[in-house]
Amino acid sequence: MKFVVAIIKPFKLDEVREALSAIGVQGLTVTEVKGYGRQKGQSEIYRGAEYAVQFVPKLKLEIAVDSSVVPQVVEAIREAAGTGQIGDGKVFVLDLEQSMRIRTGETGAEAL
Amino acid sequence: MTYSLNKGKTVAALAVTAALIAGPSFAQDAATPASVAKETAYVFNTLLFLIGGFLVMFMAAGFAMLEAGLVRSKNVSMQCLKNIALYSIAGIMYYWIGYNLMYTGVDGGVMGTFSLFGYGFDEVGKGADGSYSTASDWFFQMAFVAATASIVSGTVAERLKLWPFLIFTVVLTGIIYPISGSWHWGAGFLKEAGFNDFAGSTIVHSVGGWAALVGAIVLGARKGKYTADGRVVPMLASNIPLATLGTFILWMGWFGFNGASQLAMGTIGDVSDISRIFANTNLAAAGGVVATLILMQIMYGKLDVTMALNGALAGLVSITAEPLTPGPLAAILIGAAGGGIVVFAVPLLDKLKIDDVVGAIPVHLFAGIWGTIAVVFTNSGATLTAQLYGIACYAVFTVVFSAIVWLALKYTIGIRVSEEEEALGLDRSEIGVEAYPEFTFGRG
Repeated sequence: MKFVVAIIKPFKLDEVREALSAIGVQGLTVTEVKGYGRQKGQSEIYRGAEYAVQFVPKLKLEIAVDSSVVPQVVEAIREAAGTGQIGDGKVFVLDLEQSMRIRTGETGAEAL
Repeated sequence: MTYSLNKGKTVAALAVTAALIAGPSFAQDAATPASVAKETAYVFNTLLFLIGGFLVMFMAAGFAMLEAGLVRSKNVSMQCLKNIALYSIAGIMYYWIGYNLMYTGVDGGVMGTFSLFGYGFDEVGKGADGSYSTASDWFFQMAFVAATASIVSGTVAERLKLWPFLIFTVVLTGIIYPISGSWHWGAGFLKEAGFNDFAGSTIVHSVGGWAALVGAIVLGARKGKYTADGRVVPMLASNIPLATLGTFILWMGWFGFNGASQLAMGTIGDVSDISRIFANTNLAAAGGVVATLILMQIMYGKLDVTMALNGALAGLVSITAEPLTPGPLAAILIGAAGGGIVVFAVPLLDKLKIDDVVGAIPVHLFAGIWGTIAVVFTNSGATLTAQLYGIACYAVFTVVFSAIVWLALKYTIGIRVSEEEEALGLDRSEIGVEAYPEFTFGRG
């Protein structure tokens, strides 16, 4: 099992969700987050003073999937969330040791 | 077209009615408008004060919303509290000491009568001998002094303790404003010197602006506003819709502020002048906004709603010293120059590390000075010398007097909250009531 964490542009959520549903991903968790990457945020002007918006709003998606589908999941996110512009985000893949469906007590791949 | 025809008829009908009411003894020659009976004029004059008064009273709401919108979310309920408290204190102080000090027995001098027994209104059911009800004038003038105090509260927001602010408000509204106001409006020495300030660019706005400037200097900037390496750290407004609503409320209130400063509505001449003042007031505010928009686009390549709001108010302050004599184009240009002042003065104050949270110093002080000088362009009765003399008198008196009060407060009870309280926000540290308890997260 793998745990896929994706940081995406907020307005791309619906497209990503549809793309993941299309390849059979059963569920995902979304969190509103703020952060910065190589561009170190953006520059804005307020009342004549320039300032950096150091943390840009993003969405963090967390998806637990079977190891076999990870390449498709990552590719689906890349296609759906990509705009070709800076700030499109990142995808991280982590090993997932255990999972359990709380209602039934099923564990492992059964619980995904 | 139909509308203007009807309007013309109404005026004509009023003139006829007025002539009828006045009776034969008041018959006028054709060149001057007919006047009405003394009692009718009394009613109209008083009505002007009452309508103007509640319009200016509602400017307190405008200031409250503007400031609530421009401070950070952790200081909003404190800002609202300061505004309703200052409005109430201003009313009581102006009744108790202020009005007598400003309007009775000035006679070309530097202040009126000092009395601890308050101001005497007309008896119930009776009018004064003059041409308006004294209580209506008191009410109208009281709303002005509250505006002066509101100017201060915005500048020193987010770090000033509540009680020292209220004590300053007591002195400002009970003593500083009434004494300096008496110099011109109370028929004091500046009136005799030929100083012109129709509705208070200097008397109300610059006085508030000077008091705010001194307060900001004595108090110091908000923590973190200016970095050691000279950068300005913007502290973003918490609620732009509220700030916008507040500005529109002020804009509306200004028709009472300038319009009712005609002080009489009992003749066709007066009511026509009031109408012209309304038109000029609106044009100046519009000019202020448009100038701000254009300058921001040119200088920064980007518009800023808070600057546009300041631009409207600067336009209004600029036209306040003389809203009657300018033609429409002059009114637009006078207001536009006020808007321009804001665009340059806001960053300038930041360079000087003077932290003015809502931009009240550029809007009320700098545009107030500009408006007072601009009187000479359209009012042939005004001289530059008298205008500058008046501006200087108000500057020296207000700066010295308010510096004494601010410093006395600073070195006795202290005026500034602790660093920790400031970081936490005055809403929680000073009064324990948050404006947005569901949403703030301790970071404002």
